[in-house]
Amino acid sequence: MWRHAWYLARKDLLVEFRSRTAILSAVVFTVLVLMVFNFGRDPTAVAAVDLAPSILWVTFTFAAMLALNRAFQLELENQALDGLLLAPVSRSSIYLGKLIANLVFVATVEAVGLPLFALFFNVPILHVLGPLVAVIALATVGFVAVGTLFSAMTARTRFAELLLPVLLLPFMIPPLIWAVLATAALFAGRPLSEATGWLRLLAAFDIVFVMLAFVLFPATVNE
Amino acid sequence: MLLAEGLRHSFGAVRALDDISFTLQAGQTLAVFGPNGAGKTTLLKVLAGLIQPRAGRAQIDGGRGAVGWIGHQPQLYGHLTVRENLRFWGSLYDVPAAEQSRRETDLLARLDLNAHATRPVRALSRGLVQRVAIARALIHDPRVLLLDEPFTGLDRTAAEEFRRLLAEQAADGGGRVTVLVTHNVEEGTELATDVAFMRAGRFAELAPRAGRGAVAIADAYRRAVTGG
Repeated sequence: MWRHAWYLARKDLLVEFRSRTAILSAVVFTVLVLMVFNFGRDPTAVAAVDLAPSILWVTFTFAAMLALNRAFQLELENQALDGLLLAPVSRSSIYLGKLIANLVFVATVEAVGLPLFALFFNVPILHVLGPLVAVIALATVGFVAVGTLFSAMTARTRFAELLLPVLLLPFMIPPLIWAVLATAALFAGRPLSEATGWLRLLAAFDIVFVMLAFVLFPATVNE
Repeated sequence: MLLAEGLRHSFGAVRALDDISFTLQAGQTLAVFGPNGAGKTTLLKVLAGLIQPRAGRAQIDGGRGAVGWIGHQPQLYGHLTVRENLRFWGSLYDVPAAEQSRRETDLLARLDLNAHATRPVRALSRGLVQRVAIARALIHDPRVLLLDEPFTGLDRTAAEEFRRLLAEQAADGGGRVTVLVTHNVEEGTELATDVAFMRAGRFAELAPRAGRGAVAIADAYRRAVTGG
């Protein structure tokens, strides 16, 4: 399963590296959102450190949506999805391959966005970088796992780009809230123990939804 | 061997397959002719396992890995080169590296694609893309070929080349099983050992071609499908 998943993920990343359409859109979107929030806020009314966690997660969430939208659209080009389904590859391998590619993609956007975020909002992140990366990683795995599943469900519908956020956002509310709370605790300089509860919840969300997505994925791609 | 037994399928109220049964042995090529909406593509998808029929069963010796599919959509990635596409599809079928390399070389040469091997597929013409699609379908040396209107978009010369290649493939290595569906009687007749005429999800007729040419098949098709 892992071998086929890797072949699929590598192919997706190579296609994205060549086309650079979605990654560029997501990065430009991230920069624009951060700029708009930076220049739109009144620093005398709300401290940057109070606003920053929400802005960080709003930015990452919508940037990730761009990535997730393209995950299965790529397979509809020339009906490559039928080829994948016809190949002697388990449906779980296809899901895992897409999940890996989406995680790499979203992580790249986040890796670009995080330093820009620190720069624009003047939030010191270096002293909490380790725990912050853990929060980002756990939250990202959760919403990319669910997003990849919904992307497969909506790809063959007429309004895929509209349907995906409509379906996905309600599922993303819990992990986003936990991620925002954990990030806020880190930025406020509170002890790490205050964030571990949120991290545990994020990890539990990941385990449950990754397993569920593996079970449900075959039904979403079968005709 | 390919077996279809009592296949039935419908999309809502539309009956796409209605009690389709046949068996094909190695070396046999069944050409299925029928008008648009007759259920031809659904039949191929059921045979390939892409659609689970409501009733009946389809069985292919060797399972999904033994099937090569060529349709009017090439199932290729436009941003990858011809060779990268072949490598990717070969890897999904677990073709060993040395064998993959040998088949790539062979197919690229036979399909006259050597000059285009390092070009991205999206930069190729429709005819060339279809040739790459043929190479993709054959990269794992399938024992069963399922062809869905494979001549769509090809000019006369490319279609002739493609027909020649399919004839070679059908006879190659002890014989493959081939099912070709098309609405154009001119296209598939020469390749067929057996012909079926399909109407509203049913085989109106299934019989050996028995040396009949395109004109005779076209007459039989008109009688069977339109009653004319």
